[in-house]
Amino acid sequence: MIPEFEKFKGFKAKNLPKEEPLSPGHRGCQGCGEVLALRMVMKALGKDVIVCNATGCMEIITSPYPHTAWRVPWIHIAFENAASVASGVESARKVLARKGKIPKKHVDILAVGGDGATGDIGLQFISGAFERGHDFLYVCLDNEAYMNTGVQRSGCTPYGAMTTTSPPGKKSFGQVTWKKNVPAIAVAHNIPYVATASPAYFLDLMNKVKKAALVKGPAYVHIYSPCPTGWGSAGERSIEISRLAVETKVFPLYEVIEGRYIISRKITKPKPVTEYFKGQRRFRHLDEEHIEYIQRKVDAEYEKLLRLAEMS
Amino acid sequence: MSKRVGIEVSIAIAEAVGLARAEVIPAYPITPQTHIVEHLSEMVANAELDAEFVPVESEHAAMSCCCGSSAAGARTFTSSSAQGLSLMSEVLYIASTMRLPMVMVVANRAMSAPISIWNDHQDIMIQRDTGWIQTFAENGQEAVDLTLHAFRVSEDRNVSLPIMVNIDGFTLSHVIEPIELPDQEDVDRFLPPFKPRYKLDPRRPITMGPVGIPEVYTEAKVAHDMAMKKAKRYILKAWNEFEEIFGRKYNPIESYRTEDAEVLLVTMGSISETAMTAVDTMRDAGQKVGLLRIRLWRPFPGQEFRRAVGKTKILAVIDRCLPPGALCGPVGAELRSLFYKIPGSPKIFSFVAGLGGRDVTVERFEEIVDKARAFAKKRPRELYEVIGVREK
Repeated sequence: MIPEFEKFKGFKAKNLPKEEPLSPGHRGCQGCGEVLALRMVMKALGKDVIVCNATGCMEIITSPYPHTAWRVPWIHIAFENAASVASGVESARKVLARKGKIPKKHVDILAVGGDGATGDIGLQFISGAFERGHDFLYVCLDNEAYMNTGVQRSGCTPYGAMTTTSPPGKKSFGQVTWKKNVPAIAVAHNIPYVATASPAYFLDLMNKVKKAALVKGPAYVHIYSPCPTGWGSAGERSIEISRLAVETKVFPLYEVIEGRYIISRKITKPKPVTEYFKGQRRFRHLDEEHIEYIQRKVDAEYEKLLRLAEMS
Repeated sequence: MSKRVGIEVSIAIAEAVGLARAEVIPAYPITPQTHIVEHLSEMVANAELDAEFVPVESEHAAMSCCCGSSAAGARTFTSSSAQGLSLMSEVLYIASTMRLPMVMVVANRAMSAPISIWNDHQDIMIQRDTGWIQTFAENGQEAVDLTLHAFRVSEDRNVSLPIMVNIDGFTLSHVIEPIELPDQEDVDRFLPPFKPRYKLDPRRPITMGPVGIPEVYTEAKVAHDMAMKKAKRYILKAWNEFEEIFGRKYNPIESYRTEDAEVLLVTMGSISETAMTAVDTMRDAGQKVGLLRIRLWRPFPGQEFRRAVGKTKILAVIDRCLPPGALCGPVGAELRSLFYKIPGSPKIFSFVAGLGGRDVTVERFEEIVDKARAFAKKRPRELYEVIGVREK
């Protein structure tokens, strides 16, 4: 097991940190699940952190000059390269600490981006940073499309979902590809810690982020992040939808610690995917045939995950 | 004591980066830049240089990593060429307007297609407007000296801008020259430790790289432009200090046998050495020809250039870059703009030569001077001419 985890008792409702490194007053949409997840990420990490943010919703809503929602050092360079920027920050701090130019005290380095910045345009950069073994954590806030530019499909958009570039029509039923499994790609880099998380299970989310920060070397946390604006869902339902994604096995929660899969929340009595689709305009057009296909595939993917957990 | 050694220019540049005590070196290999980063990687591996060598997976990542490193307060160096430089282009603009000090040596190389690893200036000219200070070296000694100078200027709090030092690929990067490598104590005296005004530090949190709404974007860009213009003073100041310590003098524009010249060749980089030989040959034959070499390209030293031209009436400007469909090469365009509607200004003729590793010989320079003289009498049909194009 990971020695750094031994002293970490875990966050509980009673001992939640009071500090808010990401302050309120930012310009997020009502009911944004992404900024809520990011707030929890930052609560888990605390003050001793440097944030490298990819271009995207979180970057624009928190940093319209001269305002900032950040109470911790934060840098934004571009869309695809948060992992490379984090590599630079980490390398700089390593050499500066070695030379006695900065205190030796550990500072977490967080790279954060959306699903486009992570699974599409930034994939190579993340792969490079993981392979080189920098001591940092990468958090993907996955809202399943390019929301900042107006809801275009990404590699992480789920099968069948309607976006502005995967519109259902006479010849189309929406997104034609299955959601890219970015956590599996992270696992393939043999990094010590990978996890999926959801804002509906906030303690689980914060504990995973903390573990990702504690572990030496690269860590990856993939967080489900509802987007009422892009999904056509009610703002007040973001947490409910997040929970349904887990309960229907659409977005399973698990950790991969040194290659070993551990299911965080085993779903023994799954709800049908139709429960999850309800109230999300992006799935409204789906016919029974596609829904059946999705249900079969969701079940099969979950089985695969269970087998991975059994094997390890 | 500083020592004069026969050394490959790339290796000498790496040694200079070592003498500058660079701390983070993100690098991705591309010909003809490779020997610089190979040697740096060796120096780090042999504990001759206490730095982090980050073997990134692309040039885009290299420049992004440089941004992170500089923002965190480490002395940062990288090197690239051609395709690699273009790949990092997006981040070049960001590094400069965010005022992140760093030094990059560009081993100049032609742009694909057709793919060519050989030397010209197309790669740097398409990055002309990235807002980096840009200098061009003529020989190995200058490459070393400009690299040290670049760290000094870039990290000066009055400047805080990234700098590219351009060296011609192969014709400079891969040749062995006698070079004086300075003493560590002298370099330390010239180059104080990097102390940025702002950096990423949890003890003093700041937000770097925020959104620029229309109400602030123009001002951010104007601030950058003003910083570039103001930088010239500190570039010159650092060259003066360099001379005091190391005894070698550098100017933004170098003049060679310009007194009473009727025609002045205008060049950048290593072809200037051949151009000087050509000037000597032509002077010996009784022709009044001289040479101006642009060392500082950005910020452009307009005043110094005008002064260097003096009363000469014909300029033959050589661009090592052919922008298709443009009125002429970038250096030609810059100078035409500099002299536009200025009374008594020289006639400027634009030539393109030495693309993709084609040699520019003494004879070619003579041809250029002859053509410029002829054009001064009878205006040419085109605004520029490409020299040395094979008919068959």
